[in-house]
Amino acid sequence: MRANRKRRLVIVVGLVALVAVAVGLTLYALRANINLFFTPSQIAAGEAPHDRTMRIGGVVKKGSVERSGDSLQVAFSVTDFASDVRVSYDDILPDLFREGQGVVVIGRLRDDGEFIAQQVLAKHDENYMPPEVAEALKATGNLPDGSVPSS
Amino acid sequence: MLIRILPELGHFALILALGMALLQALVPLAGATTRRPLWMAFAKPMVRGQFAFLVIAYLCLTASFALDDFSVAYVADNSNSLLPWYYKLSAVWGSHEGSVLLWVLILGGWSFAVSLFSRRLPQDMLARVLGVMGWISSGFLLFILLTSNPFERLLPNVPSDGADLNPLLQDFGLIVHPPMLYMGYVGFSVVFAFAIAALLGGRLDAAWTRWARPWTNVAWAFLTVGIALGSWWAYYELGWGGWWFWDPVENASLLPWLAGTALIHSLAVTEKRGTFKNWTVLLAIFTFSLSLLGTFLVRSGVLTSVHAFANDPSRGTFILILLGVTVGLSLLIFALRAPRVQSLSGFGWLSRDSLLLINNILLVVMTVTVLLGTVYPLLLDALDLGKISVGPPYFNALFVPLTALLCLFMGLGPLARWKRMPGRELVRRLALSALLAVVIAAALPLLYGGSWSLGVTLGLLLALWLVLSLVRDVLDKSRSAQGRMAGLGKLRPAYWGMVLGHCGLAVTIVGVAMVTHYNVERNVRLAPGKSVEVGGYRFAMTDFNEHRGPNYVADTATIEVTRPGRSSFVMQPEKRFYLASGMPMSDVALRPGLLMDLYVALGEELDGGDWSLRIQLKPFVRWLWLGGLIMAAGGILAVIDRRYRRESKRSTVVREDAGSEAMLITAAAGKGAQ
Repeated sequence: MRANRKRRLVIVVGLVALVAVAVGLTLYALRANINLFFTPSQIAAGEAPHDRTMRIGGVVKKGSVERSGDSLQVAFSVTDFASDVRVSYDDILPDLFREGQGVVVIGRLRDDGEFIAQQVLAKHDENYMPPEVAEALKATGNLPDGSVPSS
Repeated sequence: MLIRILPELGHFALILALGMALLQALVPLAGATTRRPLWMAFAKPMVRGQFAFLVIAYLCLTASFALDDFSVAYVADNSNSLLPWYYKLSAVWGSHEGSVLLWVLILGGWSFAVSLFSRRLPQDMLARVLGVMGWISSGFLLFILLTSNPFERLLPNVPSDGADLNPLLQDFGLIVHPPMLYMGYVGFSVVFAFAIAALLGGRLDAAWTRWARPWTNVAWAFLTVGIALGSWWAYYELGWGGWWFWDPVENASLLPWLAGTALIHSLAVTEKRGTFKNWTVLLAIFTFSLSLLGTFLVRSGVLTSVHAFANDPSRGTFILILLGVTVGLSLLIFALRAPRVQSLSGFGWLSRDSLLLINNILLVVMTVTVLLGTVYPLLLDALDLGKISVGPPYFNALFVPLTALLCLFMGLGPLARWKRMPGRELVRRLALSALLAVVIAAALPLLYGGSWSLGVTLGLLLALWLVLSLVRDVLDKSRSAQGRMAGLGKLRPAYWGMVLGHCGLAVTIVGVAMVTHYNVERNVRLAPGKSVEVGGYRFAMTDFNEHRGPNYVADTATIEVTRPGRSSFVMQPEKRFYLASGMPMSDVALRPGLLMDLYVALGEELDGGDWSLRIQLKPFVRWLWLGGLIMAAGGILAVIDRRYRRESKRSTVVREDAGSEAMLITAAAGKGAQ
């Protein structure tokens, strides 16, 4: 009986230790890989950190898309109608990327204020506005009519 | 005339089904507690009636789609008169209301199956199982009728045509992926109901596990196929060439799969050794709860993802309450009743028992890490602590090493003996497999493209370790006085199921390792008459023209692919523009192969008639899904084992004294069978 109990104790202690290690590693991995969301106004106010992966969102400013003549390089401005952020991207834009529509961009902010995009997300729905973007626009009072907010 | 009122008939059938579900939930359970055979006998006819009415409701909705009845709001939103007929039929589950209806229909189907294949179940057990399933069904039927009625009409202003099905969904994937996935999700409700019934009835013995195991395996196999199909669909449909995005909706399907995999293994221990009983029951509860959580995540619209289409918040609240009640109630029952089920025997440090325990711990840790990464952003958002997202690096950093650890023990498991095993024997039997695995894994990448990569070697090492140790085990177990073939014939389907399941994982791992490390991706700028070389293939755009499909117009590029010394072939990626919704969509051109996929997708039109293209070479990508299919086949094969079908010797019905738990006792045959 006593041997049995001792073994059970070892098992329990082992399990607790394992769980503790797992939780610790998980939290560490989580901390290192969280992408915060920022609006163009927050970036203009200098609230966003540099050289850390994050997400920004807003509306693609009309007439701001510039393509390079011989490569896939493209640049555009994301706006919340209070401030703009210039985004550059060296990849293929999604099908639903359009001027005047909401986008979410994942990437890093360079020291000169340009945002280097790793991924551009546009929703597969014409009237859709990403919830973060809708909220950001509401904050500046510029949510366009007809878009479906935060659904 | 009847055709005009089909939606109303469907609605009415749903209400009748709800009535029957409520009766099925209340009467048999009451009968089982008060020991009234007549009340318990209520379960079967209610299940069958409910299923019949669900089928009627479902057919009514399908008919509305087939007949283009745009007065039904759901049809008007998700169909169009130009839509090909097969998409009209699968558009039924293309959006929220219909997919919940499909969910309930499948639940009805599973309950119906339980009522059919239940001849060996004692009456009180069957009454409780079907009663619990009745509760789940009532909850979801209420959900449909109160918040998401698919039969709602748009009267009197009937639109002349529908808004069309989302172009992303107009694909073969929609026809097969959701039904498979739901069969898996909902299938876990059966083992959940069995677990609750065992807690209520106080019987959790080897016979119970033999009833529960086949249902768990089948549900798990469906879920496996569903996830594999989803990954394959995303691969060719989304146009990025990725096959797993750690998207919350994908995670929602992976969570019950991980928990279900743990459940399958702990059920094995409970059947063979009578241990882990409480743990098995708890896993059954968690697995189904995670299925519900998945349904909540997808259907409540809390997620920003390609899958979550516009929803309204009352639905989310309803499912959240449903989830809370299910988890809360079942855990309460567990807390109140679980101490009664006791397990007796212990086991040594090195034994199949302990290895399966490690398997369970690892799988649960994997489940928790995925759950955390999926739910954490939602929690922060709900508590107004900011908007964050958790990217793939988090999941990869945790999931990959955990999988490696899991595989390490998976190689040992099948060779270990129950209860106790000398370590020396295990080492002796596995040394050769381990050595071979290391040598082959180190050499193979060199033979393949010449570029050696640590990741590929590690992946191959794990896969080979799994397969070679199984080969050794099959060789050992098939040794027989009548010769090898006779020995092989004696091995049981359940054993072959395990072998297939583990080999399937090995195949998937090979696919993941190869495609991750030898994948070639290039985004290029191309115009008719120009060409580009990627990974030894020359891609030349020879033509570019426009053509008309049933409900879209498309720009099609014709690309001739050549390789020195091989015959050339043509690939035709398209950019479609859907007329009714005005949405653009890329249609990927694929040249599939067992060892290599070529993948070409049209990007966007650039200045001067140039187009951007994604060109990708994907070695071994098919192995990912092939492995999933093999795993599922293993799950099914294990079910056909005769021991699940053996007629138990039914003892005569014994009337017990008051105070004992069960009125009807059926002696379980072969208790403690090996």
